[in-house]
Amino acid sequence: MNAFWIATLGTSVVAFVLKYSGHSVPERWLSHPKIQRVNALIPIALLSALVSVQSFTDKTTLVVDQRIVGLAVAITAQLLKAPFPIVVISAAVSSAIVYNLF
Amino acid sequence: MSKHFSPTLRDSLSVSITVGASGVAFGAAAVANGFSVLQACLLSLLIFSGASQFAVVGVIGSGGSPITAIATASLLGTRNALYGVIMAPRLRVKGLKRVLAAQITIDESTGVALGQEQRGNEAVQKGFWYTGIGVFVFWNLFTLAGALGAQAMGDVRSFGLDAAVPAAFLGLLWPRLTSTSERFLAIACAIFAVAMTPILPAGLPIIATAFIAIAVGVRR
Repeated sequence: MNAFWIATLGTSVVAFVLKYSGHSVPERWLSHPKIQRVNALIPIALLSALVSVQSFTDKTTLVVDQRIVGLAVAITAQLLKAPFPIVVISAAVSSAIVYNLF
Repeated sequence: MSKHFSPTLRDSLSVSITVGASGVAFGAAAVANGFSVLQACLLSLLIFSGASQFAVVGVIGSGGSPITAIATASLLGTRNALYGVIMAPRLRVKGLKRVLAAQITIDESTGVALGQEQRGNEAVQKGFWYTGIGVFVFWNLFTLAGALGAQAMGDVRSFGLDAAVPAAFLGLLWPRLTSTSERFLAIACAIFAVAMTPILPAGLPIIATAFIAIAVGVRR
């Protein structure tokens, strides 16, 4: 079994266990305000890291390429309150234009 | 017509179609990062949580180990457990129905359900099931379409798919940034992860930011 299969199936199992456990544990276990706060902050941290790593790295090296244009366009689209599909498509199109031109 | 098309059903359908259609971006991103079409579809069917799915694809795609990918995606999935805690007393289901409810417990089903509270608990339950099932159906169909499309493309960079993945993460992140301190945390984590990339093994710089979030959340 290669890395792709381990990641696919491993995450699937943990994802379901997390979802199911939420429906099954007593409410008071997870209603502590600190747990609620950390729970809101973890996605912010991980998603921000994923944005920057996916934009500015290639394996373990730092790179600046056509993706920076896509990111800039995506940020602009967000500032203009564009819906999710427009953010993704405008980033892809602008990055593709730069990649094919240079 | 409006008698058959309740406001709850309308809310559920509009969310299902718009969110489900983003599955095309996920399917394409998965294939662009080396996953097969079958694996892309299984990720959507089995994980069924957008941010976690993009995280698996992103971490593996940037050379991270499967363990790092699983850990990062699972940290993003913990919020679904809290949604389950919120929904369980409102749904009151057991057995197989609880298994099904758990699988469709995501941002959207919980969000639409809680948005129905003024219409009564029956509407809350309907909002949950309609939205959860609706997003599930559309998300998986569009994942398949995106995966097949990307497979037909060849060099994904010339179609901008390498930029679509970070844009998708940005789209998932943006609505969560509701305060100045959250924006600071986001920028700090983005810089930290890139700065650590040449030093730490692939994938670790991303998951390390979770500890920054925990430190900030516990202290405040």
